[in-house]
Amino acid sequence: MKPWTLGLNDIGKSYFGVQVLKGISLQLASGRTLGLVGENGAGKSTLMNILGGNTPADVGSMTINEQPYRPSNPRDAEDLGIAFIHQELNLFSNLSIAENLFLTSFPCKLGWIDRQTMIARSVSFLKQVGLNLSPKLRVENLSAGERQLVEIAKALRQDAKLIILDEPTTSLSSRESDKLFELLGILKSRGIAMIYISHVLRDVQRVCDEVAVLRDGSLIGSGPIYEFGESRLVSMMVGRDLDNQFPPRKTSIGPDKQLEAMHLSSPGAIYDISFDLHVGEVLGIAGLMGSGRTELARILFGLDSAASGTLKFSGREITNLSTSQRIVQGMAMLTESRREDGLCMPASIDDNIGLVVVPKYASKRMGVVRQKPLSLAIKTIRDAVRLTSSADGQKCVQTLSGGNQQKVVLAKWLLNSPKLLILDEPTRGIDVGAKFEVYRLIGELAESGAAILVISSEIEELIGICDRILVMSRGEIKDELTHGEFDRERILRSAMHTELVQEDVL
Amino acid sequence: MFQRVIQSGWLTLVLCAIYCLVMAPFASGFATFENAGNVLVAMLPLLIVASGQTIVLIAAGIDLSVTSVIALTSIAGAAMITTDGGPLAGTALGTPVAVAIMLLVGSGVGLANGFCVAWLKMPPFIVTLTSMMLFSGLAVWWTQSKSIYHLPSSFLFLGKNMWAATMVTGLVVIGIHWLLTRTLIGVRLRAVGHNAQTARVSGVNVRGTVLIAYVLCGVSAALASILITSQLETGSPVQWQNNLLDVVGATVIGGTSLYGGRGSVCWTASGVLLLALIDNSLNLLNLSHFTIMMSKGAVILLAALLDTLRFRTNGASVI
Repeated sequence: MKPWTLGLNDIGKSYFGVQVLKGISLQLASGRTLGLVGENGAGKSTLMNILGGNTPADVGSMTINEQPYRPSNPRDAEDLGIAFIHQELNLFSNLSIAENLFLTSFPCKLGWIDRQTMIARSVSFLKQVGLNLSPKLRVENLSAGERQLVEIAKALRQDAKLIILDEPTTSLSSRESDKLFELLGILKSRGIAMIYISHVLRDVQRVCDEVAVLRDGSLIGSGPIYEFGESRLVSMMVGRDLDNQFPPRKTSIGPDKQLEAMHLSSPGAIYDISFDLHVGEVLGIAGLMGSGRTELARILFGLDSAASGTLKFSGREITNLSTSQRIVQGMAMLTESRREDGLCMPASIDDNIGLVVVPKYASKRMGVVRQKPLSLAIKTIRDAVRLTSSADGQKCVQTLSGGNQQKVVLAKWLLNSPKLLILDEPTRGIDVGAKFEVYRLIGELAESGAAILVISSEIEELIGICDRILVMSRGEIKDELTHGEFDRERILRSAMHTELVQEDVL
Repeated sequence: MFQRVIQSGWLTLVLCAIYCLVMAPFASGFATFENAGNVLVAMLPLLIVASGQTIVLIAAGIDLSVTSVIALTSIAGAAMITTDGGPLAGTALGTPVAVAIMLLVGSGVGLANGFCVAWLKMPPFIVTLTSMMLFSGLAVWWTQSKSIYHLPSSFLFLGKNMWAATMVTGLVVIGIHWLLTRTLIGVRLRAVGHNAQTARVSGVNVRGTVLIAYVLCGVSAALASILITSQLETGSPVQWQNNLLDVVGATVIGGTSLYGGRGSVCWTASGVLLLALIDNSLNLLNLSHFTIMMSKGAVILLAALLDTLRFRTNGASVI
């Protein structure tokens, strides 16, 4: 492969008078991987959109192999070998793998699509990314990890010289991530340049040769990765030292049980789950994707029903209550996906925050909402969660960064003064600063006497904020660790327990 | 600037004013008090149905069965009280009972629609399209396609007295506006329209909310039918058969979103006004029914385009 170089010189961009990028200069050569880190809103996406031809830069220039590069649309970028793999993958789930790979240039024979050639070539591309699947399979049948690999195969099909990966591991299990990193290593040795965008700094350090840190649209620092330790990266991103990733908190576990789960089962999801959750306790649930942790949370919150078992809340049985009845009792749940069932994206910040609590501000008979006290309460909670755009509650949540969106969801539940808050992946896709805020709010709520259940894929996070951790695998609780005995290795081992045993058998 | 203009709720009302200014010199008799009265009377029933439709659209549904509700309730009410052999003809309670029956039929159709959408999880478009066929067919079959005349004067009062009709319409519209902006039901309708999953997780009774939307829409169609039937002094099984597009169109022209979550009865009122103005002025210009239809179609298409633009620009983040 011929050497290939990319240069960005003094790139600047502003939207509506707001400067979002200024003076960005970067170099990248074939076979090198550049890690691009920065908080949400630091300008990473804008920079990549400029590179990918989605939007032009206001000032500055780009070069590819010393030739000026001015893409006017994504197709131009693609033709010059730049492949962009977005966080939310861009595959057509109703088409087959092969069709997705060749969508922009089907091999043709006399004007008809040459299916045989397409399938044959697809097989070879899939082999290169280590996917042993039939190219005729529809993409909707693939797991998140497999889809990621199909995206990479698509980049190879386009003969990409540069692959941009935006948060590639968010929806992957740790084994899938390992597999992905292995593949990235192979691509690197074949001379493909990569830009790797992620909040997971450990991954960045593992995968990248160089790193560039963006903050508020400026390049704060760049250089070989070994010069940048994790804590240095974090403090550069945030612009201040975060001595501790987790806020200090007092543990204040009370004697009373807030939640008692007894022998909960739901075939195909969870099996014989029993645990107690005390007042003021922060209980973590670790487990891989598909371990049944989200299913358990949904059953606890009444979104799905259990086939058997009982559930007690504040000492009373609530097994047959609906979600809205459980909310009235004092339950709250921050779901895994903000977009799907956490927020009303086109609605305003205030309307989202008020949604849960609004019945409390409505008259009993006619349901007339007392707007003034409600607005006041919303404003108070907006300040308490330190929403950065607190000046304007009318702004629609779609325009907020991931971190601020998560704060809106939290505010919505906190306003209802919950006795139990279930959080499913509370820090997914949000930046370091916002994570700290989320941990702080969780700690404060627990201190005030609420019980907290945190589900997370990030084991460090659970170790940092929990009083006790349950480990789930294949729908069962496999292990339980109390505060003194937290151990990353042991949690991982228990979480993957069944799978490892199975592999040994094979 | 472009953003501000297309997101504004006043846009349609401003367009109405501009339209009047442009049309006044061309259409003789357009800018008169008498004609203003005509426009008002013509828009009253449409305003009621379209306000009901607004509720359903906000909940991310659509109700195509409203015109069949108007036809069915029209003949059901008229058949009761016609002096041509109606069972309640001549009795003192005839008119109130007929009105009650019409409202019951309207809410019954709404219940059926709402049940199919909320409990059976069927798409609103196909549910209400088929119920439109079903109930239109029922109305024609029941009457053997004959209209019902000779309605008592107590029933015709509403249609003959412009002030009474305006009062009734005003009350209905203000009532719906109040419901949508000041009550829990309004908050829930919007939440369900924006994202039903989120609404459910947040403790909203999604199915009940959707059901209420369709019932209210059915009832408002029945209310409109009372006005129409008494204005025309006829119970007809094909009443308003050709006006379905006006109902959905007026709502969308006003700015209520086909994507759900966003809408207002005030906007709908300005959409209804614009359609009524177009109808009236083009009639005064002696244009044919078909030309008017084409013009209205074009306006509604533009409104739908505007809705899509709003939906997209609303979502685009600044950074």
